[in-house]
Amino acid sequence: MKDLSSHIMDIVQNSIRAEATWIIIRLCEEPATDLFSIEIQDNGCGMDEVTLAKVRNPFFTSRTVRKVGLGIPLLQQNAERTGGQLTITSQPGVGTTVKATFSHSHLDRPPLGDLAETLTLLIVANPNIRFSYEHTTAIGQYRFDTEEINAVLEGVPISHPDILPALQNMIRENLKDIQADQPQQSNSHQSSNIK
Amino acid sequence: MEKIKSLADLKKIRDNVQTKIDLREKSEHPESLIQIRVAMATCGIAAGSKETMNYFLNHLEENGIEAVVTQTGCMGYCFAEPTVEITKPGKEPIVFGHVNCEKAEEIIQKYLKHDELVEGIIPVNYQSI
Repeated sequence: MKDLSSHIMDIVQNSIRAEATWIIIRLCEEPATDLFSIEIQDNGCGMDEVTLAKVRNPFFTSRTVRKVGLGIPLLQQNAERTGGQLTITSQPGVGTTVKATFSHSHLDRPPLGDLAETLTLLIVANPNIRFSYEHTTAIGQYRFDTEEINAVLEGVPISHPDILPALQNMIRENLKDIQADQPQQSNSHQSSNIK
Repeated sequence: MEKIKSLADLKKIRDNVQTKIDLREKSEHPESLIQIRVAMATCGIAAGSKETMNYFLNHLEENGIEAVVTQTGCMGYCFAEPTVEITKPGKEPIVFGHVNCEKAEEIIQKYLKHDELVEGIIPVNYQSI
């Protein structure tokens, strides 16, 4: 996976397969403590301890069409490569939470990628799932909830060709405002000094 | 495009759309529309299926095509990702492989508009006598 938004798209597919009706995505950037974390929480079917112990194994999958399942292992590899880690907690009938932590400044941390695109694609493809999004940076926080968006749209489908780019635009502008995935302030000062 | 930052801005766009929209309920008759399913498992995402899905969403309207674009899982054709399954009303589903944006455009122009098949079909649903 070349960026973190691809990982998010991938892990959320697990939640969708687990028949979740509410998926919460939390991103937290703390350059001060060198932390970048991604948390995906769902209310899907959950996993028992036996299954949970197996999901990090690349040769485990619940699918029958192929013998490998690389979503979780790839995310774990990327997280651990930066000195971070992957934690999964799950309870059958309650849901699953996947949390990946990265070193914010580590060279091997993939960039965030086009998060606005990823989120809108997820929302359009799964109109019956409620998505809550929360992104915290040193500058501030941006959050939205598809329940609020649907309330505003009053029956006009999100997939409408005029609404979709507007929604993408809205997310993009707000993420820009809180300077999502920007290098640390001090770093940019240094580089401008060098020039 | 004007800046859209809040839900209030989004509501303005919505109100503009509402005046244009005729009140047919898409969701009530999904089977009467073309269904486009983009495979969005690990293999598909790594091969660029997000771009493919975005391309379909952004280029259907300008071609006058009404379709439902959704995601699906891996169909076991990881070697041919991004794969797209297209079901036209009353027809058997067809799976296309290696669908980058260029291929997506070709599918829109040939298969979706004129029922003309394009190369890259993965034969899955042949029927034996």
